[in-house]
Amino acid sequence: MVLLQARTVPAPPDNAIVPEKAREGIDLDINGERFTHTGDPQMPLLWYLRDVLQLTGTKYSGEHGEAGADLVLLDGKAASAINTPVEKINGRAITTVEGLAADDGTLHPVQQAFIDEDAIGCGYCTPGWLMASIDLLRRKKNPTDDDIDTLPNLCRCGCQTRVRRAIKRVAAGKAGQP
Amino acid sequence: MSDIPNDTIRLSRRRFLQVLAGGAGALMVGMRVARAGDAPMPAGLLGNNFYDLGAYVRIDPDGTVLIGARDPDTGTGVATSLPRIIADELDADWSRVRVVPLGLGVTDDNGQPNWTYGRQLGGMGGSIPAAWNDLRPVGALARWLLVQAATRRLGVSAEQLRCEDGVVIAQDGRRASYASLAEDASKIALPSRAPAVKTADRYKFIGHPVGDVDARGIVTGLTRFAIDEADGNALIAVLAHCPWPDGTIDHIDYTDALAVKGVIKVLELAPDSHQPVGSTPIAPSVAVLAENTWAALQGRQKLKLEWKAGPSSGESSATFEQDATTLVGGKGDPTSRVRDDGDVDDASKKAARRVQATYVQPWLAHITSEPMNCLAHIEKDHATVVVPTQAPQKAYAVVQRLTGLSPSQIDIRVPRVGGGYGRRLDHDYVAEAVMLAKAVDRPVRLIWTREQDIAHDYYRSGSVHQLNAVMDRKRQITGWNQRMASASALVHRGVPDNRFWTSEIHVDQLPATLVPNLRSDWFAMNSSIPRGTMRGMPHLSNAFAVESFIDEIAHSMKEDPLDTQLRLIGEARQLPLSAGGSLDTGRLANVLKLVADRINWNNWLHSVNGLGIACWHVNGAYVAHAIEVAMQGKKLLIQRVVCAVDVGRVINPQGLQNQIEGATLDALSTALNLAITFKDGQIQQHGYKDYPLASMAQLPDAIEVIAVPSDSAPAGASFLAMPTAAPALANAVFRATAVRVRRLPLMKELMRLM
Repeated sequence: MVLLQARTVPAPPDNAIVPEKAREGIDLDINGERFTHTGDPQMPLLWYLRDVLQLTGTKYSGEHGEAGADLVLLDGKAASAINTPVEKINGRAITTVEGLAADDGTLHPVQQAFIDEDAIGCGYCTPGWLMASIDLLRRKKNPTDDDIDTLPNLCRCGCQTRVRRAIKRVAAGKAGQP
Repeated sequence: MSDIPNDTIRLSRRRFLQVLAGGAGALMVGMRVARAGDAPMPAGLLGNNFYDLGAYVRIDPDGTVLIGARDPDTGTGVATSLPRIIADELDADWSRVRVVPLGLGVTDDNGQPNWTYGRQLGGMGGSIPAAWNDLRPVGALARWLLVQAATRRLGVSAEQLRCEDGVVIAQDGRRASYASLAEDASKIALPSRAPAVKTADRYKFIGHPVGDVDARGIVTGLTRFAIDEADGNALIAVLAHCPWPDGTIDHIDYTDALAVKGVIKVLELAPDSHQPVGSTPIAPSVAVLAENTWAALQGRQKLKLEWKAGPSSGESSATFEQDATTLVGGKGDPTSRVRDDGDVDDASKKAARRVQATYVQPWLAHITSEPMNCLAHIEKDHATVVVPTQAPQKAYAVVQRLTGLSPSQIDIRVPRVGGGYGRRLDHDYVAEAVMLAKAVDRPVRLIWTREQDIAHDYYRSGSVHQLNAVMDRKRQITGWNQRMASASALVHRGVPDNRFWTSEIHVDQLPATLVPNLRSDWFAMNSSIPRGTMRGMPHLSNAFAVESFIDEIAHSMKEDPLDTQLRLIGEARQLPLSAGGSLDTGRLANVLKLVADRINWNNWLHSVNGLGIACWHVNGAYVAHAIEVAMQGKKLLIQRVVCAVDVGRVINPQGLQNQIEGATLDALSTALNLAITFKDGQIQQHGYKDYPLASMAQLPDAIEVIAVPSDSAPAGASFLAMPTAAPALANAVFRATAVRVRRLPLMKELMRLM
């Protein structure tokens, strides 16, 4: 009888067990969702996004982020995810490429303009170009060619001419138009 | 699965169209490469989910048309253009088409692989020509079956029916959607002959521009590349490669690496020297396997490694260049006499004028955006491998050899690929991932870092080209003698020695067939630095030498290089080529004239800016560039770039424009900045800093693309615009600065000479 009860009903909690302390963590706001990271505070945001959250739109392209495929928006400004340890973004807002479109699926004008101009090569570095373009258009509503020349991204497929057209399309308010 | 019997139509000796039983009322049409006596493919092999899409076309009862894209899309647009070819024949509604990347199609043929999708190879310029032949009948058959089903439903003959946007329409206006006909169509017996494909006047998609099918997925970050493939149970592996390809490990201490939280194991990997290059690891390495990438990278940093140099340790690219220069300038016999038309020696004796120049080109790396990576899940009786590859059948061979599994037990999946350029024709990284997965008995996701990618590549060999031309008194080029030295990309790849030259020089390259006395010699260089296929090879290096040289010939005769070019090309005619096909001099001259007109070549002599021009032909396609540059102090400004191409019939004009713009930018970036060097057998470049792809600022703001309308069969375009960009640039730089750049990369040489 006692044995049966032990099988079906959990034993009462042992008084010796001390509740775990509230763990210290890093508060992260990623695409409007809150996360607490309790692992290595030095982990670069890139690996946190890709390995932990499985948000794989932000890409690895080099140890130091030189090609710009790892750009995210940190409080609205472009930042290299591989050069940003998670501890540096405690409480700050991160937007990745997955968070650019509205909840109803409406694309950000820059996303739409990239589709309009087919500004895609293999597509691997495209999220980084989107972030750099959004950052540029935030600073300059009507960027000149010289302004566009300051984009840090690199691409061997050669999407640069189409990205330039896409940025100008957004500036002209023509994203999504024929 | 229903019990509908399979049926097969014979297309050619080795290709068969098939209707396959789909799930729940779907019509599926595929094609397979097989022997005539083969049993029909069992329906059980054709699952219903995306990766197992067993056919090129599947029309579902809900109206969705799934079209498989068989060739890996490395940014060439084939995932869009190949399905468009099928969709056009099918008269599908493009808005209801979903394109699915087909993984490797392989079934077991008595233990040997049987490739169910035929050719599967991306980025080699052959996808479109192959699809033009064998994918149009797939769409045509699906359409024929739907029409047959409609004749029964609507009670009228096939001649009284037409198809439009996924609907069969009768003359009286009655309509039957493909969706509603799919199940009936799948039960109709196949015709004895493959239905005819459309005539060009009925094309609805072919020749009409459309954007990339993956565009929305890419801009929302949802399109997954192989590197994004998640497997909750997979260990992440990063490697530390030996700096010498033929070196060995001398001392290893991995205590600190194992102490990193999350690091599980440290393993040694070594190449198998009995296997062909590209199917076994590129160099010895030490692998750190961890729970996540960050832990693996930290673990790698904590490795204490000492490597021992191999026999290659003395090699340097500087010595390589000296030796190559000595070879082409010497009196020795070539390794291969590639071409010997007429009598070059006799023409030389009778010459009124002679010109000689030597061009030097660097070693190059591939630097794909997505670094080498591979997810390998190896079980006792099954292997799943997710890999960015251009050649899934070659990836399969590596997996098969290392696992010993049978064809039907091996599943090779190929999502969209982050750049190929020839690097992913080799599968050293697949071998590494499979070896590690077998060793740890867990799925392994291997990822290379950028530094490894640049320092451990199958490079394009550096080359030296000595060109000699002789002219008669009428300024006709009567003799041409070119001598090239390089290290072949085909060594240790199962290719006979007497074919090594084929990766380095093209037998029909210009000005072959245009100059009566023409000799082309190739001198083999040895090197232990690994080599492989590179986008645009062998045209890239040869076009730079030849098209720069023609500009120099024009200069020596004090004439307009466009005149020299057009006189060399001569009147419109067909000249038979050694490798098959012919050179259409009319089409070649046409692209040259088009770019000249567009860039206002009339200003060539008097323009303050420099104008340069170049043309070439690649596998039945024709290309010309005209470029305008200006010098602003030490800054080179590329003011205008015009490119005209004649690729025959254009499948997707938007895709073609992307390829031409992209390849032009790639070629300019390469010509301006890029060189791999080695010293003491070690590669000296380690990242974008010392292998600097051109920045947005360095590149032109726009590329003006002119596509010549044509009814000829379509040729490939993925690297068509590579060969002529660099010589047109160098020729323009000569006009702007009077400095002739005969050595690439251009910026470094220009700064040295100015």
